[in-house]
Amino acid sequence: MSGALIELAHVSKTFTRGGLFAARRIEAVADVSFRVAAERPVILTITGESGSGKTTLARMILKIVEPSAGAIVFCGTDLKSIRDSAARLAFMRQVQPIFQNPFEVFNPLKHLDRYLYITTRRYGGAADMATVEHRSDEALRQVGLSLGEIKRRFPHELSGGQLQRVAIARALLAGPALIVADEPVSMVDASLRMSIANLFRSLRDELRISTIYITHDLTTAYYISDEIIIMQKGKIVERGAARTVLSAPQHPYSRQLKDAVLSPHALSRQPALPHDARSLPRLP
Amino acid sequence: MSAPLAIRSTPIAQETAPRMPVVSVEGLKAYYRTDHFGVKRLVRAVDDVTFEVRRDEIYGLAGESGAGKTTLTKTLTGAVRPPLQIVGGTIAFSFLPGTQGLHCAPPPEVSRVRWRHLSYIMQGSMSVLNPVRRVRSSFEDFAFRHMELSRRGFDAAVRAHLARMQLEPNVLVAYPHELSGGMRQRISIALATICRPELIIADEPTTAVDVIVQKDVLAMIRSSQKEMGSSVLLVTHDMGVHAYLSDRLGIMHAGRLVEEGRSEEILARPRHPYTRHLISSLLRIGDDTPRRGLEGSPPNLADPPPGCRFHPRCPLAMDVCRREVPPFTVHGPDHRVACFAVTPEARP
Repeated sequence: MSGALIELAHVSKTFTRGGLFAARRIEAVADVSFRVAAERPVILTITGESGSGKTTLARMILKIVEPSAGAIVFCGTDLKSIRDSAARLAFMRQVQPIFQNPFEVFNPLKHLDRYLYITTRRYGGAADMATVEHRSDEALRQVGLSLGEIKRRFPHELSGGQLQRVAIARALLAGPALIVADEPVSMVDASLRMSIANLFRSLRDELRISTIYITHDLTTAYYISDEIIIMQKGKIVERGAARTVLSAPQHPYSRQLKDAVLSPHALSRQPALPHDARSLPRLP
Repeated sequence: MSAPLAIRSTPIAQETAPRMPVVSVEGLKAYYRTDHFGVKRLVRAVDDVTFEVRRDEIYGLAGESGAGKTTLTKTLTGAVRPPLQIVGGTIAFSFLPGTQGLHCAPPPEVSRVRWRHLSYIMQGSMSVLNPVRRVRSSFEDFAFRHMELSRRGFDAAVRAHLARMQLEPNVLVAYPHELSGGMRQRISIALATICRPELIIADEPTTAVDVIVQKDVLAMIRSSQKEMGSSVLLVTHDMGVHAYLSDRLGIMHAGRLVEEGRSEEILARPRHPYTRHLISSLLRIGDDTPRRGLEGSPPNLADPPPGCRFHPRCPLAMDVCRREVPPFTVHGPDHRVACFAVTPEARP
């Protein structure tokens, strides 16, 4: 189909655990289809509890994991057809990741500016140091930092929120059309969370970059996203415009997810209900 | 099992000590002192903190990471190892009279008090339960010597406690890896409450737990606290958790307490500019107003700014904030704030 930035058609991923005879199959993602339109940039949220297949889906979109069935088509190219390193590099220029824990993303023994320089050389084709530094500084300014603050600094010298912004600046250097952000704010404090969430909004509005935002935090999802997909056990249970879905969720699981949100504004405190004994696991 | 509860709820005990603190911390200073290759560093992680946790209440400590919340729980539990040092101040526990905290109590006293009077709910429940032994062994390791029961009596007490917590007794024969994260966290709550301690320290109890079960776990902490009449020190940066559980709240910033009050009051009418920012940045489904994050980064505690430590980021900063440390001033019952902009009369 034309006009799709990325399109997933009946994508499934099954992991097999165990030996030849006692193999156990775990269906992480089951028959998921959706598309992100190319006409205007959007922020698409994928949400669900842990184990619902959100991260596996993100890893398939980033081509870190191959789907067991179905096809992922990015701008008209099937991800399966990307085999050689040149095609892979071209794909990576278009689709950039941001991961959950900024402290694990960066090598603690490397200066942060080196990541920016390497990315600029690799994707930007800049050769001389002056251009490289200029481009890095431009990208950092888009996220509210500057090269002066980052130069010759180690990851431990910056806060989690600043590191996450450096990670976003690094992703921007490649000039992507799509950013896949896997829980980008869950390791960041609530006060800094807002500045990261606002950043994704400005990337959409000013740089026209679409984002697939994977999270279990429905309040930031409501704040920044245009569309939402709610997943349970690898399947999509509800989808639609973020405002509509989150204001009035239809599927029982979506309602359960919304009820689980703790609101600091609910001043009339909910009575302590006896916790549910139904969710007990079955034991051997 | 109901005997200790009966003693605690006698009218005499309530009259003589209506809201006696279980622990009162006074002027506590805990610094990390390092000396690597001649480079001396002094990180003032907890600097002059005073508060008390009363009987039968949940006291919440909030603040961004690096505010000193974890260092404070470390000093309370007596886990003071170099480079962490207690430089000044006292910690007075009601169940440990005559000492200035667990870190300077004699070892037999520490092992008497730990888990029997002061227990701990940790963030990662996997690190509480022994991964190579069944859950029952963890209960034996933690609680058997405190309960003074026979093997059989102890077994029955554990089962009765699990039943009260609405956990199935067959979790006892499971290994920790066979259980879900939420289930493990519930077991670690059951483990922390089996001896009916006076004080439970809960350090980010739901951060590692799934969203769906978070409310369940919190409700379990609340109901067991209510039932036992014990006190909980709840440490988390999540204001939603505080709104759900905490009776009183203390807001920490850069190693100091900046505001303290009843949680409804703090959430509805925050006074200190940092608290105001913390609460105004919280989101809600159905609310579309654009929010701004707090600019700048938390101060470097090895070289904190002089005066009020929030002044570099504070929109209301004045000259006096750069020179003097604001003292606490009382704003209504149970409410105190340390800010010159909020209480001009506190200025020197």
